[in-house]
Amino acid sequence: MSAARISIPGVVAVNAYREAIRDRVLYNLIFFALMMFGAAILVGQISIGIERLVIVNLGLSAISLIGLIMAIFIGVGLVYKEIEKRTLYSLLAKPVRRWEFLVGKYAGLLLTLAVNTALMALGLAAALYYVSRHFERSDFSILVAIYFILLELALVTALALFFSCFSSPILSTLFTLAIYITGTFAQDIREFGEVTKNPVLLGMTRALYYLLPNFHNFNGIAAAAYGDKIPAALIVQNTLYALLYVSVVLLGASAVFSGRNLK
Amino acid sequence: MNIMGTPAIEIEGLTKDFPLGFWRRRQRRSLDNLTLQVAEGEVFGFLGPNGAGKTTTLKLLMGLIFPTAGTARIRGRSIDDIGVHSEIGFLPEQPYFYDYLTARELLDYYARFFGYGATERSERVKRFLELVGLTAAAEVQLRKFSKGMLQRVGIAQAILHDPQVVFLDEPMSGLDPVGRREVRDIILALRQQGRTVFFSTHILTDAEMLCDRVAVLLGGKLQGVGAPGDIVSIKVQGMEVLFEALDGRPLPPKLAERATKTGARYRIELPEAELYAALEMLRASEARILSVQPLRPTLEDYFFGLVDREKGASHAVEVDAR
Amino acid sequence: MTVLPKNSVAWIALSAAPVLLLAIAALQVSIDARTRSGARQKQELLLRSGPLVKKLSLGYDALLADVYWTRAVQYYGARIGVPHADFDLLWPLLDLTTTLDPRLLPAYRFGAIFLSEPPPIGAGRTDLAVELVKRGIQANPDAWRLDSDLGFLYYWRSKDYPNAAAAYFAASKVPNSPAWLRLMAARVADKGASIETSRMIWSELFQSTKDPHVRKDAYEKLRGLKAQEDEAHLDELAEDYRKRFKHYPASTKEMVDSGILSGIPVDSDGLPYRIGLDGKSHLDPRSTVVIEQSFGAPSK
Repeated sequence: MSAARISIPGVVAVNAYREAIRDRVLYNLIFFALMMFGAAILVGQISIGIERLVIVNLGLSAISLIGLIMAIFIGVGLVYKEIEKRTLYSLLAKPVRRWEFLVGKYAGLLLTLAVNTALMALGLAAALYYVSRHFERSDFSILVAIYFILLELALVTALALFFSCFSSPILSTLFTLAIYITGTFAQDIREFGEVTKNPVLLGMTRALYYLLPNFHNFNGIAAAAYGDKIPAALIVQNTLYALLYVSVVLLGASAVFSGRNLK
Repeated sequence: MNIMGTPAIEIEGLTKDFPLGFWRRRQRRSLDNLTLQVAEGEVFGFLGPNGAGKTTTLKLLMGLIFPTAGTARIRGRSIDDIGVHSEIGFLPEQPYFYDYLTARELLDYYARFFGYGATERSERVKRFLELVGLTAAAEVQLRKFSKGMLQRVGIAQAILHDPQVVFLDEPMSGLDPVGRREVRDIILALRQQGRTVFFSTHILTDAEMLCDRVAVLLGGKLQGVGAPGDIVSIKVQGMEVLFEALDGRPLPPKLAERATKTGARYRIELPEAELYAALEMLRASEARILSVQPLRPTLEDYFFGLVDREKGASHAVEVDAR
Repeated sequence: MTVLPKNSVAWIALSAAPVLLLAIAALQVSIDARTRSGARQKQELLLRSGPLVKKLSLGYDALLADVYWTRAVQYYGARIGVPHADFDLLWPLLDLTTTLDPRLLPAYRFGAIFLSEPPPIGAGRTDLAVELVKRGIQANPDAWRLDSDLGFLYYWRSKDYPNAAAAYFAASKVPNSPAWLRLMAARVADKGASIETSRMIWSELFQSTKDPHVRKDAYEKLRGLKAQEDEAHLDELAEDYRKRFKHYPASTKEMVDSGILSGIPVDSDGLPYRIGLDGKSHLDPRSTVVIEQSFGAPSK
């Protein structure tokens, strides 16, 4: 047996990616392409003067929403399916640590999402070109917005994976969605606490604010639509935030999964 | 082969309780204080009816579930050590694999975990596909495989990294007689290579034929360990004679009455004392004698005896307990 | 064999489907015809609270703003020209649009014009228009066009010339704003309303927008201003005529015959102006030109 250094998570990741592709998840791109195509053609008739704005808004919103659906629906089955179908039995008999398996599945789905997002970005670029016939320097902020969407998806995928380690797909979907929605409202929750003068509520809401993933950090759609320059510092901070948060969630998942008796 | 006499598998007091009920308060003990050892190079059979705790034991050894109490070591290393998994192979019961992969892709995938270079990997995959007779179906997606074919893929993935200890859970299940023979041959070949084979089964004839030693599990408890022949008494219980009539010659009616007939063949069981008289009768009527064999209780009898005893029924099989 | 092969079931389904779909469509047509009277023009706006919708949009507010904006434009387009149509939903739709995306500048301009425009061209609510534009200015301090639109509202609708001048002045202070704003401020502060000023405002609106509704409205206003100017000129000439002939002319033809006019003046519809008994000129009754406001004499 050779002593080559191999990345176990990497091996698992590539296979997870292959599974997603063969599951035909990329067909969602057809829907996206049709939608952007239709929008590009019709937008001139419906919204005079703001064609570019509408295309960017629509495209980014769709990229975000489709990505979210994929992240959640595939994510909640990542571990659950393998436990239910017992494919894990033969896999874990190999020299694969449980956390390596988790990280690999996570990376595989993230890779799938990244590829999907990149292809959608191309579709958006095509629609944008069709509508405004040129690209501007400020269009770079669209790329940043897409990157932020990917960071967001990385967070949601981690959460879905975490729940997948111990609960059924339906419950996991609900939990993940609940966290996503409350995470979007994180600022409102905090403001609510500040408005009430109740110190207990204030403490709770503030704690919640820092505990919940603050998805509003990653919303660059309006900025991209108007071509605002997104500061580099924000890009760095968001990347760090996502990295740290994902690490915490994956650590939690590893802890839960490592002690789990499989059926 | 034998590293300073370390057993290949050492199980000590292994116990597993499963929580029952919605609030998980009651316990069901599916494995109770199992202690046994398997030497290097042995073919060891793990016997018991369904629900006896065989699969539980295997899952514990593979690290799929965790023991309530007790320990286990494989080739001297605790089962918690991930390094153990480089030296063992596992075929789960009714295996299920990623159905979107082809047989070749699956084996290639699993082979990657052992760090082989690309050439060696593809060579191994080819070799083991051939060994289990799946070369023709190598590019077929596993979702199209029959149960028997899945079983073969299962065996291939269990041994393609040349593990020292191979664990097989019901390796013959789902196979036709040809397939079963092939599996038997594989097990024998593994033994020839000095590897240890630990397999669970509820088919006793297989165990009798292949195993150096067996353990019998019932209701989570170990009932007995030893060579198949040691588990049951050597005491002969009589003789079995198989015979058939030659072209229209009548058979001795007394024998024909007591015998069971299958097609043209007759089978009769006789106490040893009556053997020669019966043979003389057959010879006189010029019947064709097909075989004469001593009747020994088989593992099956022992087995059913255990089960019956569990159920409280009485029986007449003697057990040489160890 | 009593088992039907799969194919025939598939064929039956395939041939039945279009027939059924046609039947459904026909049924829908008859249902629509029945409910056509009354209920058709009424639209519903379930959620009116901007902040609420913004919260519910979960980060997709920019897209929702575009949706509401599209709805507002279509709402307006469906009603303009329809007799007795109301524009009740225009304000809520524009309110939602600008709450969801405060930077959607076209919405403010559209609201400035059509919220304030009296029926049957608009909602006739100058107060709401002013509120909308002020909100826009707050959210977009660099958009001098919004200050300019505010000035337009004060000038054209409220006839509040001091505030109008102040708004134009504020517009001119915005960096990179065009020079004519300062000029406008001065004109309004100095003279109040005049045809020249009005023409400048509407010309600017016409040229700076791609919105077909706004352009049409501006074009109509410019036509009216032209007519107003023509009439003022004709009135002067009519006075000259009276000084000479001791009575007002009965028609422009008489003015031409007398040599005061060189040709029969027509409005932009090509219809000749008429002279009233009081010597005041007015448009031919068949003309589609609309004069909205009257000013003093144009500056020479």
